Amino acid sequence: MAKKLMKGCEALGEAAIQAGCLHFFGYPITPQTEVPEYLSRRLPEVGGVYVQAESEVAASNMIYGCAAAGVRVFTSSSSPGISLMAEAVSYMAGSQLPVVIVNIVRGGPGLGGILPAQSDYWQATRGIGHGDFRVIVLAPSTVQEAADLMIEAFDLADQYRNPVMIIGDGIIGQMMEPVEFKKREKKQLPEKIWAASGAKGRAANKIHSLFLDPVKLEQHNIFLKKKYDEVEKNEQRFELYNTEKPYDLLIVAYGTMARICKTSIALLQEENISIGLARPISLYPYPYKAIQEAARKAKQVLVVELSMGQMIDDVRLAVEGQRPVHFYGRSGGMVPSPEEVCRELKRILAQKT
Amino acid sequence: MQSEVIMAGFGGQGIMLIGKILAYAGMEEGKEVSWLPSYGPEMRGGTANCTVVLSDQPIGSPVVDSPFGLVVLNRPSLDRFAPNLKRNGILIINKSLIDVLSPREDVDTVYIPCNDIAMECGTGKAANMVALGAYIGRSQIVKLETVYEQIKSQFSGNQKLISLNMAALKKGYDLSKKDQTSV
Amino acid sequence: MEAIFSRPKAMSSTITHYCPGCTHGIIHRLIGELLDEYNLKEKTVGVAPVGCAVLAYNYLDVDFIEAAHGRAPAVATGVKRGRPDLFVFTYQGDGDLASIGMGEIIHAANRGEKISVVFVNNAIYGMTGGQMAPTTLPQQVTSTCPQGRDVQTAGFPIRMAELLSSLQTDSFIARVSSHSPRNVIEAKKVLKRAFGYQVSGRCFTLVEFLSTCPTNWGLPPKKATEWLEQNMIPYYPLGIFKTPEEGKVK
Repeated sequence: MAKKLMKGCEALGEAAIQAGCLHFFGYPITPQTEVPEYLSRRLPEVGGVYVQAESEVAASNMIYGCAAAGVRVFTSSSSPGISLMAEAVSYMAGSQLPVVIVNIVRGGPGLGGILPAQSDYWQATRGIGHGDFRVIVLAPSTVQEAADLMIEAFDLADQYRNPVMIIGDGIIGQMMEPVEFKKREKKQLPEKIWAASGAKGRAANKIHSLFLDPVKLEQHNIFLKKKYDEVEKNEQRFELYNTEKPYDLLIVAYGTMARICKTSIALLQEENISIGLARPISLYPYPYKAIQEAARKAKQVLVVELSMGQMIDDVRLAVEGQRPVHFYGRSGGMVPSPEEVCRELKRILAQKT
Repeated sequence: MQSEVIMAGFGGQGIMLIGKILAYAGMEEGKEVSWLPSYGPEMRGGTANCTVVLSDQPIGSPVVDSPFGLVVLNRPSLDRFAPNLKRNGILIINKSLIDVLSPREDVDTVYIPCNDIAMECGTGKAANMVALGAYIGRSQIVKLETVYEQIKSQFSGNQKLISLNMAALKKGYDLSKKDQTSV
Repeated sequence: MEAIFSRPKAMSSTITHYCPGCTHGIIHRLIGELLDEYNLKEKTVGVAPVGCAVLAYNYLDVDFIEAAHGRAPAVATGVKRGRPDLFVFTYQGDGDLASIGMGEIIHAANRGEKISVVFVNNAIYGMTGGQMAPTTLPQQVTSTCPQGRDVQTAGFPIRMAELLSSLQTDSFIARVSSHSPRNVIEAKKVLKRAFGYQVSGRCFTLVEFLSTCPTNWGLPPKKATEWLEQNMIPYYPLGIFKTPEEGKVK
């Protein structure tokens, strides 16, 4: 397929189809409505199924049913809608169902606004719903990366039998950039022998998260924890930028904010100020070790987010008090320009450490 | 080499479209491109703007505070974006709807009566194409022929719209080459 | 010797946890018999509710999904849209279907999902121990309406079969009762017809079963069947409310 200029939301929809996902259940909400719009047009062309649910609650339970039947499926929403899906996400994690959920984050809390934000970091990385569980969370910073991670997300979901979230801010969803869908090798994945798809020639399969016996529920939680340990061991993803040469300060940022910081770094380079950047791509599992090592090479660390400070918690856990960790964030849909971040960087660098 | 332009006007003036056409043309010429729309609750009649970045390097920030280029089709857009334009940048002002002079003396300002020229081409709706033509002519950021191809694919099948928009683009392009720096 | 009565193949040998006099077991058996009769055991997916029937997946020996409270019709929608070749049914109580899951059931019916819904209405919350349900009768005493249901503040009990049959989309909607052998025989006929519509891919189907809850009604089983007959049937008339052939019939 040739390079095509696509909105992030459309690229996510197309990537799902390229990943062999022909089932989508969703509900319109800004700024991700282009996902259902795109798929309502595109899925019928490829023999797929598009259903506009009556609510995010229903949409998330529809993907629960579809995944339980062994079918690749995803849904997409934005912050308030994701809160409504929290229930089903918990059930799907408990029942170990492979699904992909897209969150194109907007400002909150409550109805908030419709402009880009990263204020759902805590919600996404701390499990979203009730109970002891984890969701794999991937955060693209370009439209191409959104498409690539989306395709990978389906394989990860199947491999670990776990929900995977693609988290992007409104800019990732609304921006147009060139995308290329490359031919890819099909990954060897375990067969879905557990699916509720008709008990033909086998014992009946029961998809459930109910364990009334505390001994069994604890065993289930221990089993899930082991799975998350595997995820943490194998699936950390990050990018280091401008860290080959010595740098005075390390920025940690993800998604669109990391791109803005890259431009800030380029601008300061012209003034011979050297700044490194660590960009977590997997927000869960969080690349603690990579962040710690990159931070050790700097005198101090600056976390930049489109929030009042959420990922900074994980950066502090990574740095373990070995370096001062500063924060700069804008919220509510305000997006700092590269120049604004430069001013903050200069202010910090001018301080005595 | 990176070049950014903000295009702005009323919703419904076709701002998003000319931004997309420029981004497509840049991509066709092998450049890295990004197109970032403003989005808001109003679908028509509100303000609309988009930021297009063309670069020969991977693009960092798609969010641009001070662009190299600014194309404004109405007065509120001029007031809002002109102060941040880069020194020596390019400012295209739609003289048909903006009756004031540029507030900036350190940029290359081009006054084009976009709506009037579009009317001459057959419809006032093509004012956006006149403005795009003027920006391309002045900046030489992409080739005119590449943009022609994009117009053909955007209005695929509608020969009348294609020739009309191509004519509007060409007029804007030609006018920008002549001195239009005073009203 | 000839076996004239045995457990349906679609039922497991697990002993149910239902209270004496409760008719969930009878309704489960009707489902099991019909899955056998239609030869559906190997292509069925059941969706269990939250409520007394939460463990239905242990009693019916077919693939099962346990749904969150009220969400069974959405889960069933996901299964059926993903695998239209499967036979998909939900089993839901009155709290699950008519209270917390009101949105899901109405929209599944309105989209005409080709699923079967077995709706068990016993006018009370059983699993949590006898609280007011959306189908609790006026003046009926429960642990959360100890003075009896006050229709001024709690509204009237919701007649789901009537409500759903008012939708324009094709469907098969009926109400039956499980309190007497005669009614059980009639109920099976109606449920068979409902399952048949799904097998032929015709329409959304829902059969509401009036059911007893001796434990939470505070009555011995026999008295409970009498209470159902004297109090529930007058408010919840039995019959077929809508068919895909004739539209709304009642």
